[in-house]
Amino acid sequence: MKRRRTISDAPVAAHTIIWTIGALALVAAPHLLRVPLWISAASVLLGAWRVWGVRRPPVLPGRVVRMVLMLAALSGVLLTYGTVFGRDAGTALLLVMLSLKLLEMRTRRDVLVVIFLGYFLVLTQFLYSQSIFIGAYLLMAVLGITAALISLHRAGGAHKPMADLRLASVLLLQAIPLMLALYVLFPRISGPLISLPKDAFGAGTGLDDEMAPGRISDLRQSGAVAFRVEFSGAPPGAEQRYWRGPVLWLTDGVTWSPGANTAAAVQVSVSGEPVSYDVTLEAHNRKWLFALDIPASAPDIGRITDDLQLLAHEPVKNRVRYKVASYTQYHNGMAAPNSLRRALQLPPDANPRLRALAESWRAEIADDEKLMRRALEFFRDEPFYYTLKPPPLADKPHPMDEFLFNTRRGFCEHYSSAFAMLMRAAGIPARVVLGYQGGEMNPLGDYMIVRQSDAHAWTEVWLGEKGWVRVDPTGMIPPARVEITTDVAAQLAEVTPLIDLAQAAVLVNAWQKMRFGWDAVNNAWNLWVLGYNATRQQQLFTRFGLDTWIKLGMGLLAALGLPFLLVAAYMPLRRGARPDPAVLLYQRFCAKLARARIVRRPNEGPLDFALRVARLRPELAPQTNLITALYCALRYSPTPQAQALHQLRRFVRTFRV
Amino acid sequence: MNAVAPLSLRDRLRLARFLRGEGPQAGPITLNRRRVFILPTRYGWLFGIMLLVMWLGSVNYNNGLGFALTFLLGSLAVISILHTYRNLSGLTFGAGRVAPVFAGEQARFVIHMEHPGAAPRPGIALQLPLEAPAAYDAPQQTSVTLTRIEARRGRWSVGRFTVSTVFPLGLFRAWAHLDLDMHCLVYPRPAAPQPLPDPHPASSESARGRGAEDFAGVRDYQSGDSLRHVHWKAVARQDALLTKQFSGGEESELWLDWRSFPPGMDVESRLSLLCRFVLDAHAAQLRYGLRLPGKDIAPASGEAHQRACLEALALFEMRA
Repeated sequence: MKRRRTISDAPVAAHTIIWTIGALALVAAPHLLRVPLWISAASVLLGAWRVWGVRRPPVLPGRVVRMVLMLAALSGVLLTYGTVFGRDAGTALLLVMLSLKLLEMRTRRDVLVVIFLGYFLVLTQFLYSQSIFIGAYLLMAVLGITAALISLHRAGGAHKPMADLRLASVLLLQAIPLMLALYVLFPRISGPLISLPKDAFGAGTGLDDEMAPGRISDLRQSGAVAFRVEFSGAPPGAEQRYWRGPVLWLTDGVTWSPGANTAAAVQVSVSGEPVSYDVTLEAHNRKWLFALDIPASAPDIGRITDDLQLLAHEPVKNRVRYKVASYTQYHNGMAAPNSLRRALQLPPDANPRLRALAESWRAEIADDEKLMRRALEFFRDEPFYYTLKPPPLADKPHPMDEFLFNTRRGFCEHYSSAFAMLMRAAGIPARVVLGYQGGEMNPLGDYMIVRQSDAHAWTEVWLGEKGWVRVDPTGMIPPARVEITTDVAAQLAEVTPLIDLAQAAVLVNAWQKMRFGWDAVNNAWNLWVLGYNATRQQQLFTRFGLDTWIKLGMGLLAALGLPFLLVAAYMPLRRGARPDPAVLLYQRFCAKLARARIVRRPNEGPLDFALRVARLRPELAPQTNLITALYCALRYSPTPQAQALHQLRRFVRTFRV
Repeated sequence: MNAVAPLSLRDRLRLARFLRGEGPQAGPITLNRRRVFILPTRYGWLFGIMLLVMWLGSVNYNNGLGFALTFLLGSLAVISILHTYRNLSGLTFGAGRVAPVFAGEQARFVIHMEHPGAAPRPGIALQLPLEAPAAYDAPQQTSVTLTRIEARRGRWSVGRFTVSTVFPLGLFRAWAHLDLDMHCLVYPRPAAPQPLPDPHPASSESARGRGAEDFAGVRDYQSGDSLRHVHWKAVARQDALLTKQFSGGEESELWLDWRSFPPGMDVESRLSLLCRFVLDAHAAQLRYGLRLPGKDIAPASGEAHQRACLEALALFEMRA
C-alpha cells in the first residue's frame, strides 16, 4: 500500500504550541517543587526557550545542540540518582526529556508525542500523592492537555481556545460514566507485576516497635488518621475502645521492645457477642494490624500470635482493609511455660528505688491482685500529673526512679512503663501493650475514626487463674491532675483568649462538623480510590451476584455498553446539533409543493426550482420567488437578518398550492 | 433528501465498499452510517499502547488514581469515536462546475459541501488518491476545489475521492469514499507555436463556389487575413487596411485537416498540432473548420465553435 500523504508533517500554529506548553506546565508544577533544583530550572528554561522560539524560530537549537543537551540531561539524572529506573529517577528523566522534546516540537506529529507524554506525566504525579486535591488539580490539567489536542486538529490552525476547552469538557464529562464503569468493573490484578523499586512508597507514620519516653508524645501531636472502623453492629462503649497493637516484653530499664513471638492457636475463653468490624488501616510501614481487645482470629491478610498481636504477612505499605471480630469479654489464659518467666525480666541494677518500693509492698501483701491495686492507688494518691510535656528523664541514671519519686509528671508511656516494672519487681508477670485508645464516631459517615493522637500504652498483668488482665495505670490519674488536653476547645481557648466561651462552643461545634464532613469525604475517597483493589472488587461482584465468569462477562458488557450507548443516544449523530431553521422552513415549503406533484429534484438548486415552479404554475410564482429569495438570503448572505427568518416563516405558513 | 437504494446485507459487508466506496452518483451525496467508516489512526494505536503501559504502571504500584486516569483516557478515546463520526455525518457533497483544461494542466473539480448544523465542522479533509489532502473547517455551506494534474486528453471522471476527519482528538479517522458523477474535459496539449496552414484552395467536390469570387463587402483587416484579400484600393483611399470578403468563397475558409500532416505522424502529435491551430485560428478570429477522420466540423468562428472543435480533439477515438 502506498504511504498516504498526511498532514502530520505540517507545522503547527503558534497558539497550539503555547497552549500545549502551558498545559504541560500545569501538569509538571507539582514535580517542579519536588525534584532537585537543577531539573526544575532546566525544565522551566527549556520551556521558556521554546516559547521564545515561537516568535523567533532562529533562536531554537539545531540537532547537534539538542543531542548535546540530551546527553547532558541523561548524565545529570544518572549522577543525581545513580539510576534512571524507579519512581524518582524515572520521573526526573521523563521531565527533562519532555522539556527537551519541546525544543524540537514543530509538526503535528511532534505535538502529539509531547501531549501523550504529558498524559503520562500526569500518571507519575499520582505515584507521589493520591489526595483529593491532587486528583482535582490534575483533572484540570488533563482538561488543558485535551483542549490542546483538539486545537491541534482544527484545520489551518484556527484559534478557538474557548471552543476547544468547551469541547474538551464535553468529551471528559461524557467519558466519566464509562470511566466509572471501567474503574469499578475492569478486572483488578493484585500487583506488583515486577518488583517495585525501594522508593515506591513514602514513609508512613504510626506506632514504633519500641517504647521510649517521648515517642508517643510526638505521635500524639498529630491529628492524622491511624485507621477507620466500620462496625457491623453497634460500636463498643468508650471504656472498651482499646485497639491492640504491638506487645512489648523486654526492657532495659528505660526502653521497651518486643520479644520473640510465635504463631499460636488462640485459646481464649470468651463470652458475649463478638463485635464485627472492618478496619481501613493507613500505611505505616510496619506489620501490625490493629484490632479491638481482644481479636478472636486473624484476618485474611495476617496471622495472630500467642500474645494476641495481629501481624500482616507484609509490612503495611498501602492502605489496607481487613475484617476482624473481637470479644470484649474474655478470659485470656494463654501462657507458654517460659513466657511467664520472660514477663518477669528486669535489668538487675536499674532503678533501685522502684525495686525497693515493689519489694516493700510484696513484704506486706501476699495476694497478687491486692498488690496490683496497691500500686494503682499509689499513682492515684501520690501527686502524679498527666502531661504531654514531661521533664526530660533520658540523662538520669535511673529514669524510672526519677519519674516515680521526683518529677512525677508523665503520660501513658511513663505510667505503663513504671507500672509494668513495679509489677515485675514484685514478682508479678507483666507486659506493655501499645495501641490506640478511643476513637470518635463520624456521624456523617457512620464509622469510627481513630487518630494518631489516640495512641496509647497500657499493661497486661498475669493474675494466676484470671490470666492476663488489662490494666491501664494512666487512667488512675484523677482528671484534676490532667494538665493538658488535646481538646480543641482548650486549644482554641489558649490561642484566642478574646473569644468568650459561648462563642468558642459554637466555633468548636462548627469546626468539629467540618472536620467530620471532610473526613467522611476522605473516607469515601480512601474506600473507592485508594483502597479499591482485587479483593474489594471480588466482594462487590459477589454482592451483586456476579459469581460466575459468564455472569460477570455479561454484567461487564452491560455496564460498559450502557454509558457508551447513553452518550451515543444523547448525541444527535445523523445531523448536526442544530438544524438551520431556514432549511427546515424551506423543506416545509418544498413539501407543500410536493403535494401538488411539483417535486424538487435532489440536484436542483433553489433558484432553478423556483423557475420550474413559475413555469408549471405561474400563479405561484410571486410567492415562490419571495420565499426563494428570503431562503437564499438567509443561507448564503454573509450577514443574514433575523427579520428575514420571521418573514420566511410567515410566507411559508401562508403558502397555499 | 436523496433517496438511496437500500443495500442488502451482503452488499453492505463487501470489502470493496470499505476500500473503494460505492460507484459514481449523480445527485448530492449525504454521509451517513452506511458510507462512513472509522478506524484508529497510527496515533490512536500509539495512544492505546500508552494506555496499556499506564495500566501496567497502575497495577504495579496499585495506584487507584492511576487506574482512574488510565480508564478516563481510554473512555475519552472511545467517546471520541462518536464525535469523529458525527463530524462527518450529515455532510452533503454535490458536484460543481469543472472547467476544461489542456493536458498537463491542473484540473479543478469544484465540490459543494454543505451540512445542516449551525456550527462549522472542523478539520474536514478532502483528498484525491495520491494527491495531498486539503483540510477545511467547513462552515454550513462552502465550495472546495480538488485539484489534479491531468496528463492525458479525454473526458475524465473525478473518480473516487476521500473525505475524512480525525477531529477532535486525532485518535480515530472517519472516512467515506465518494464518487460524484463529475467529469473534466481535457483537451490535447497544444503543440509549440507555429504558423497556421494556408487556407485551403477550394477542393473539387465542394464546388458550391458559384460566387467564389463574388464580392460581398469589406471588413477591418485582422492579422492572419490573407494579403491577397486586402482591399488595396481602399488602403489608398483611406488610412485603414480593409479585407475584401467573398460570399461562398471556399478559399476564405481555413480547414484544419488531419490529413494535411505527413503520413507517419502519430495521433497525439497530430491532435496537439490541430489544437494549436484551433487556438491560433480562434485568436485570429478566422473562420475555420476541422476535419478529422470520421468527423467534420463546418467552418465557423466564435467561442462555441472553438469549444466544439477542442472537444472533438479531446475525445478523438476516445469514445467508450
